[in-house]
Amino acid sequence: MSEADPREPSAATGFYVYGIARDLADEALGDTRGVSDAPVRLVEEDGLIALASPVSLTEFGERGLRENLEDLDWLEATARAHHAVVDAAAAHATVVPLGLVTVYRSEERVRRALRERKEEFTDALERVAGRTEWGVKAYADVRESQSTASAGGEGSSRPGTSYLQRRLVQKNTAEEERRKAMAVAEYVHCQLRDIAVTTRMHRPQDPQLSGEQGWMLLNAAYLVDDTRAQEFRETVTHLARLNPGVRVRVTGPWAPYSFAVEEEPEEEEAWPEP
Amino acid sequence: MAGAVEERPEFRTAGQVRGQPVALVDLLDRLLAGGVVIAGDVTISIADVDLVRISLRAVIASIRPEMARVLECEEADL
Repeated sequence: MSEADPREPSAATGFYVYGIARDLADEALGDTRGVSDAPVRLVEEDGLIALASPVSLTEFGERGLRENLEDLDWLEATARAHHAVVDAAAAHATVVPLGLVTVYRSEERVRRALRERKEEFTDALERVAGRTEWGVKAYADVRESQSTASAGGEGSSRPGTSYLQRRLVQKNTAEEERRKAMAVAEYVHCQLRDIAVTTRMHRPQDPQLSGEQGWMLLNAAYLVDDTRAQEFRETVTHLARLNPGVRVRVTGPWAPYSFAVEEEPEEEEAWPEP
Repeated sequence: MAGAVEERPEFRTAGQVRGQPVALVDLLDRLLAGGVVIAGDVTISIADVDLVRISLRAVIASIRPEMARVLECEEADL
């Protein structure tokens, strides 16, 4: 695409925009660097501030992105740089994060986006002001059904039957464990939901990326009023102690990534049936 | 396995201050599914974006069937 498109010459520079903020002082970001280790600029227009930094349109143009987004190392470096900028700004001001790789061709185009979308950004900033996102994940280590389980009919004179009985007991036990673990996760989620302003479910994570061997029961984000943050964290701790069979992990504080867009209820996806 | 949650470094350190190292997988949950998605000047057509996202999903969120579940709070009054 870049060769055919005169608007995207290989040496051109664009602007990567990390998020939209307001009331953010120039010096708040310190020496935080963005993607490609570039210095971050605050582009202010009509009371809104875009966190932006220059990028090469070779790397961040359409053709470059198409390839780079498939490269997990590139994706990680970009995601971490994006997060570093958003997180640094969120420590000082209300920030609405933008999606990964939002790129404009010039600073003027960034300003235009701020003007044209002022209402949308202002609404989003209002929605997340004074609130923080927290992540909560829950796992169970449910035994595989072939493990141990010497239950049932060892001394039976009919080995075939005893084997089947044993398998049935194992199966029922495993199912019971799963059912209990799910009920615990549901309880944890419902308790936390009551403290939060709103919640969002993320998909279960790939064990290859998370390094988690347990069965992921919950991967949720909660938007919590800062006045209730302490209560939220204490409740997580309490719930984790209450249910030793389920491991509960909290992450955060996060900038409100999961709540930058108001989610329509029907968008919440059911996890697939077994 | 045990629920001694306060012994886990991740739990102990999380939530104190910003700037803690975060797990890539948690970050990707948020950066790929969250954030305001606006059309910048560099846009891959909607269909292409979906393709990119789908292939990313394959890497980051291959869903294991036994994870199937829907959380429902009984007195759901939201």
